[in-house]
Amino acid sequence: MISMRINGVSRQFHGDPDMPLLWYVRDELGLTGTKFGCGAALCGACTLHVNGSAVRACVTPVSEADGGEVTTIEGLDSEGNHPVQRAWREHNVPQCGYCQSGQIMSAAALLNENPDPSDDEIVDGMAGNICRCGTYQRIFAAVRTAAQEV
Amino acid sequence: MLGVQNISRRTFLKSAGVTGALVLGANVSTGSMIGTARGQGNGTSIKPNLFVEISDDGTVTLTCSRSEMGQGVRTGIPMILADELEADWQRVKIWQAPGDETKFDPAGKDQQNTDGSRSTRHHFEIMRQLGAAGRYVLEQAAAKKWGVDPAEVYAKDHRIYHSGTGDWFDFGEVVDAAADIVVPTGDAAPKLKDKSQWKYIGRDMPVVDNYDMSTGGATYGADISVPGMKIAVVARPPVYRGKVKSYDASEALKVQGVEQVIEIPPLADDMPAEFRALGGIAVIGTNTWSVMEGRDRLVIEWDDGPNVTHDSSTYNGELVVAARTGGHVIRDRGNVDEAMGAAARVMEAEYFVPYFIHTPMEPPVAMVDATRMPVKVVTSTQAPNWVRQYVAEALGLEQTDVECEVTLLGGGFGRKSKPDFACEAAILSARIGAPVRVQWTREDEIRHGFYHAASAHRLKAGLDGAGKVTAWHHSGAWPTLIALWAPTMRTGHPLEYGLGLIDTPYNEVPNLRIENGEIDAMIRVGWYRSVNNIQHAFAMNCFANELAEAAGRDPVEFLLELIGDADVMDLTMDGVPEHWNYGDSIEDWPIMPKRLSNVLRVVAEKSGYGKSMPPGHGLGIACHRSFHSYVGCAVHVVVRDDGSLHIPQVDMAIDCGRYVNPEGVKKQMEGAAIYGHSVAMHGQITTTQGAVDQSNFHDYTITRMDDAPLDVRTHIVEDFTHLKPCGVGEPGVPPYTPALVNAIYNATGKRIRRLPIGDQLESA
Repeated sequence: MISMRINGVSRQFHGDPDMPLLWYVRDELGLTGTKFGCGAALCGACTLHVNGSAVRACVTPVSEADGGEVTTIEGLDSEGNHPVQRAWREHNVPQCGYCQSGQIMSAAALLNENPDPSDDEIVDGMAGNICRCGTYQRIFAAVRTAAQEV
Repeated sequence: MLGVQNISRRTFLKSAGVTGALVLGANVSTGSMIGTARGQGNGTSIKPNLFVEISDDGTVTLTCSRSEMGQGVRTGIPMILADELEADWQRVKIWQAPGDETKFDPAGKDQQNTDGSRSTRHHFEIMRQLGAAGRYVLEQAAAKKWGVDPAEVYAKDHRIYHSGTGDWFDFGEVVDAAADIVVPTGDAAPKLKDKSQWKYIGRDMPVVDNYDMSTGGATYGADISVPGMKIAVVARPPVYRGKVKSYDASEALKVQGVEQVIEIPPLADDMPAEFRALGGIAVIGTNTWSVMEGRDRLVIEWDDGPNVTHDSSTYNGELVVAARTGGHVIRDRGNVDEAMGAAARVMEAEYFVPYFIHTPMEPPVAMVDATRMPVKVVTSTQAPNWVRQYVAEALGLEQTDVECEVTLLGGGFGRKSKPDFACEAAILSARIGAPVRVQWTREDEIRHGFYHAASAHRLKAGLDGAGKVTAWHHSGAWPTLIALWAPTMRTGHPLEYGLGLIDTPYNEVPNLRIENGEIDAMIRVGWYRSVNNIQHAFAMNCFANELAEAAGRDPVEFLLELIGDADVMDLTMDGVPEHWNYGDSIEDWPIMPKRLSNVLRVVAEKSGYGKSMPPGHGLGIACHRSFHSYVGCAVHVVVRDDGSLHIPQVDMAIDCGRYVNPEGVKKQMEGAAIYGHSVAMHGQITTTQGAVDQSNFHDYTITRMDDAPLDVRTHIVEDFTHLKPCGVGEPGVPPYTPALVNAIYNATGKRIRRLPIGDQLESA
């Protein structure tokens, strides 16, 4: 049996320990804010936090999170008002919105590790997340704004 | 056009199972809400028409019948309604209409198919009328309550005022008096607001789904789950129109969570693909991971069929030959042969653009419950009525036997107007007797899609001694998307000619010929954001730049000379009696060279065109009309010593006529530059023995933040806002690539004539 806390709630998982965390949170727990985009850690749509660090849930086996603390977009802030989320709305970032959970989780982890990133560090930190609508200009601006608040 | 009606039917709500409420509209459809719309008022409401509902608590619910895929339509269309209604945006909720063109296609133009950048231009007038009808009903109701002449009453900011006393009612307070009010039609129809009174149209508005999209609460097709639902993935034939010869599912069925393996039969050989499911082996189970694992364990022997000979390495050469050969003249002005013969100099160049695939971040996905009637589909689709049509056909039913709810789309770009994935789910749901959600993986999306047509273009021009173009000859070839319906068709279709080719805007050239060559379609070809405009804008803008160079002229002045400043370009003068004009009349949306020249001048000025650039820097410019809009693009590029690029700035000047949400226009231009950057730098699908070579983002590269332009400046041109709205979602894409390519030439002296740019600069 695998145990973890997801968004502060204790969970026990009895299935195949190789199942990626993405499908556990989406299919079994119904936490659908975390998205499937590539299944190969290439696009970042599935980004969530394990013990505070951003991971690609589509290639992270459930077993790797055993005993850990998992945070999905739904658990980032109880009111949806994390500084990164507020900055996203201030800059009117989303177009289709599908990649934005992953973008926000990547940005939140980036700022957690580096509260005052340089422009290059923002670009490097966010380059793992694809946005097909092309909202990078606003993502970049939103991360800069959020950095002033965290 | 839909009559704007207010039909009072107290009995209607009773029959709809709602008590204590008053509804004044016919055909009230409540359906499920998506996005920020979280339920409506509990009490009385009025519904002057299918697009406007006012509850007695003052909540206004506006209908969006267009699919949201990131273009901002769930904000833009309701803004028009809210403006005419005089509603307060803070008290507006949006209701997403299901597929039903008898109710939710008020313009009667496109069966609710959200593509072709047409939502605003087709709905601007009718949404104003529908909003004004709601305002009329509220004003009449207030006048009735006060017992005054309606002429003394006006709506403003969610209130109805009495002009004599200054008394007012909130919108919700007059709902109880609105029964039996009839909205007049024809000359007596409610007057539309004067432009000077607009409060939302023309103002920046953030998108209505921002909160949900920033908190994980937005619902996409992949998020739909219903009781008893199974999840399926499908192994599809690697080659277009291939078939299953035999398969062994024994290992797949051993995977925990896999329940069934079922074959989806192939189409009969004589049945065109259209948007139908093409067959394969489906693995069905309780969770996505299990069925993906199960699919990996299938052993399938395929019969590849006739398209196994489709190799890009040879096919691309055939395209070049087809372009050179031409043969079908579609526009002919003057005498090109004579003018070429008399020219002081004749120039020629060839351009090539490969296949692309859409890669919306949400791969195709659909949930179908075929165990009930009507059959229920919930999916992220651009075209809910095509979903209904093709699902009905797949199940042997009528379209009216299928309903389709539309979720948010995780990107569309043309892919999601083609409902093959919903057909797969329908076939499987009917077979197993349970709701089924079919999930495509990224590999499925890249390998089994509808591909942007690869194309080759030969351009030839005659210049006189003064460096003026006297003859222009463009011959292009590509596999037609119409082959989906007519598989043997080898020429382009008028709708493809209309995508920036037959309407080549070089109106001042006295001799001009446009020609089309023949080629077989050997893969599913389908429309992709801005469609054939991509290659047409690339070829003609780059060739014009080459000609300017050869003539020793400034490229922008040269382009302006080619385009000119005529009010209208009339193709009937060039032997074209009629042509496809994005499905619209040429009277309402003429081709106007002066507007194209205008955006070119604007973008040249805004970008600082002509200023001196440091070594390795270049500024390139291009312009193109598509979807009735005119866009000029200037790209500033830095080409580093290793051949890699940096884009410090992009300027986009767009004349889209009357616009609604300038913030939305800016976002589309920013996104179009980045979409265009992927097209220019990376986009390429190739085939080997009929099968697509690429599979995921490691070998089908999409622009990321580290190679994207991050300073895109949008200049909305105001000169023609008195004219009709034009497209915004697509027109920013076509001019980006030639502007970049011209910038690279400006920086390095190297011409790019074949996309993608890829590593061509590194090997230079």
